[in-house]
Formats: sequence, structure tokens, C-alpha cells
Amino acid sequence: MLNIDSIENGIVIDHITAGRGMRVYELLDLQKLDTCVAIIRNARSSKFGKKDIIKIEGLTDIDLDVLGFIDDHATVCVIRDGELIEKKQPKLPKKLVNIVSCKNPRCITSVEDVDQVFTLCDGERHRYRCQYCEQVLEEAR
Amino acid sequence: MRHLIDPLDFNMEETGRLLELAAGILQRPGDYAHCCDGKILATLFFEPSTRTRLSFESAMLRLGGQVLGFSSAGSSSASKGESVADTIRMISGYADIAAMRHFKEGAPFVAARYSKIPVVNAGDGGHQHPTQTLTDLFTIRRKRGEIGNLTIGLCGDLKFGRTVHSLIKSLVRYENVRFVLISPEELRTPGYIVKEVLEPSGHSFNEARKIEEVMPELDVLYMTRVQRERFFNEEDYVRLKDSYILTPEKLKSAKKDLVIMHPLPRVNEIDKLVDEDPRAMYFEQARGGVFVRMALILALLGLEPEVLDP
Repeated sequence: MLNIDSIENGIVIDHITAGRGMRVYELLDLQKLDTCVAIIRNARSSKFGKKDIIKIEGLTDIDLDVLGFIDDHATVCVIRDGELIEKKQPKLPKKLVNIVSCKNPRCITSVEDVDQVFTLCDGERHRYRCQYCEQVLEEAR
Repeated sequence: MRHLIDPLDFNMEETGRLLELAAGILQRPGDYAHCCDGKILATLFFEPSTRTRLSFESAMLRLGGQVLGFSSAGSSSASKGESVADTIRMISGYADIAAMRHFKEGAPFVAARYSKIPVVNAGDGGHQHPTQTLTDLFTIRRKRGEIGNLTIGLCGDLKFGRTVHSLIKSLVRYENVRFVLISPEELRTPGYIVKEVLEPSGHSFNEARKIEEVMPELDVLYMTRVQRERFFNEEDYVRLKDSYILTPEKLKSAKKDLVIMHPLPRVNEIDKLVDEDPRAMYFEQARGGVFVRMALILALLGLEPEVLDP
């Protein structure tokens, strides 16, 4: 069993679907942090068999919309002085603003400097459409 | 201020009042000949179009207004790299209303956000063409007296045809509409239209491979072009193209009051002999587009204030 130190102050994103940890890391822009960040892939999970975990030292808040878009099954645990003080469950966001880009080469966003906006059109199948061209987002979560 | 970017931007009541106004203009065009005196329509056509641009211009001229604009991106400042947002900000100072056709999907949506004048989407790539949809609804209403209570056959390229998708989205709002989707396997209606529009609407729909099989059931037949470039190989195109060409022979089993529609331009999907059939409405449909656009200009400029909700 790999041992990663527990954190004193920060955030633990637990129960990330195995394989999506790196995507969470990328879209939350965690590479920009200069504090300690640990990504644990394929950790044992009694519920799902395997899961990914991210531990971020020093951070007190993250964009739950981004996390909800990638994995609404994940759990955010806020740690202060070594104690768990809050648990947050991200929801599938109704709108994504400047999180992902439209891949349709015919979309106006490919040439115009505007916000990249997607709206949720089918919550069951996690389908989003570009606000401008209405193309379905094919982005792998 | 209202714009028309998506065919569903106007609710059913607004659409009904707009089509009523268009019918009134068609009956008494002289009454409206000076409604837009002193008003200017900008036709911003970043992509060439004959019928749509001319029908917008004809609409404004028949209302007594004037028209300025350009008919290709090359003759606009877009060729110098100007953004859609900046173009519409500038045009807002030159005209009272704008009709925009753009090769980029969603461009009129962006324009509407920055505009100080009403913007009409005159076609954005393969995405939307709301004034064509209003024209289609106007034709159905004129010929049948109402838009609901009908069986409509949509025939040809149902996969890429934007006019068909917009028409389906609009028609599901009306009561008792049955859809017959007639296309080759390769050009079937996209899954999302079926899953997100047709199925939730509760309207009945079925698919067919040949027009002849379903012709006697139809009240409206909406033809579209099956384009050679949509097929993976020439063999399939040659095998299938004749199945989607409307001929007098195929119309023998059709209802006497069938309404035959086509968004035009027609290439060969409707035999020229069908033009003589009194049920052929496609040229009348195109003519109706001018009255629909006249009504739209009046409504968006607030000159017929009862059409659109505040």
C-alpha cells in the first residue's frame, strides 16, 4: 500500500472515477499551484473497486462546476488543522463557461473572441451543447 | 429589443400573430407601402445568397424603407479581420434593423448580443435559418388554414438539411402533427432530433425509405435535395437518387389537396413536370417569404406592436 501523508490544511478530492484524476488536475489548473499536490490513481475503493484521489495542500476552495462536469460522483473534503470540516458534493453544472472549447470548426467561437459557453441539454447522458452553434460537446470527461 | 436568431425565439402565439400579419400584408400590400418610410435595413451577407437576400431587400423596399449592405465577406470589413461584434456595433449607427447571413454558426447570436438594433438570422452555416421556417409555416397555414392536424412527409436529406431540423422543432409545438421521415439510410434524421425533439413531443413519427409507400397518407410533402457529395461512394448515390425524385407518376396516389413544398433551390429532386401540378407550392412558398419578412421587419421595429410580447 502506497503511503501519502495526510494534509493539515487544504482539500482532498475523493471518489474520483478511476482514470479521471488527471483530467480533474488539468481542468482545475492545479499545475499552476506552487503548493504540494498529490494525485493518487487507482486507489482501492470498497464502493467502486478503484478510484482516483487528489490532495491539495493550502487550497480552501475549488471550482465545483469544473469538478461536477468531469465527475459529479467525486467528493470534496475541506481539511483545516488536520480535521475534516466540510464535505461538498459537486453537481452536474447547468452551464459551462470557459471550461472547455467548442470543437466545431464552423462555430463562430473558432474566430471570434467570445466566452466559450455550453448548456446542459440532457442531464441523464451528461450532454452539453455549445450556446452558439448548438453542436454537442464531444469532449471526453 | 427583440431579435430573431432561432426559430423558437418567438412563442406560438407570437408566431401566430406574425403569420396573421403576413397574411394581411399579402391581401392588402398597399396599406403597408409606407410603413417603413425613412427606415433602413442592413443586409450583412458574409456568404452569398440570392433568394434570401433579395427577399429581405424586396420586403424592406415594399414597406417604403431603404436598404444597404454587402453580399459577400470579401466586400466587407471582415476581410480585414473585423469581428462580428465590432461590425454590428458600427452597423447599429447606420441602420434600423439588420439581416445577417454568416458562414460561421452562431455569428448572428453574437451579433445580437452587441447590437443596438434588431438582428435577424438570415442563415448561419448549417445551423439555423429561422425566416425559412417562418415561411414554411406561413405556406402550410395559407394552404391548409391551420398548422396543426396534419401528416407531413419530410423527404430527402434529413441528416444535414437545416431547414428540415428547424421545421420539425417548430412543428412539434402544434397539435396533432404526424411526421413521416423519408430518406435513404445514409441520410436519416439525426439521433438527437429524434431523442431530444420528436420523442419528448409525444407526436407520432415513422421512417420510410420510399415516397411511394407513404404518399397517400400525406397532407404536406416537404422535399429537400439529396446531394451527391453526402454519399461515401458514387454507386450508392446512383442507386438511391431516383427514389427521392418527385415525379407526376409518384403523385398519382397522393391526396388531391396535398401541399408540395421545397425550400429551393431545386436541382433535380422535383421533376419539372410537377411544376404544372396545382399542388406544387414551392414557388408560391418563396413568394410568401417576402410577406413573412415584411411582417417580421414591422414587428421587430415595433411598428406593429401587438405582434411580439413586450
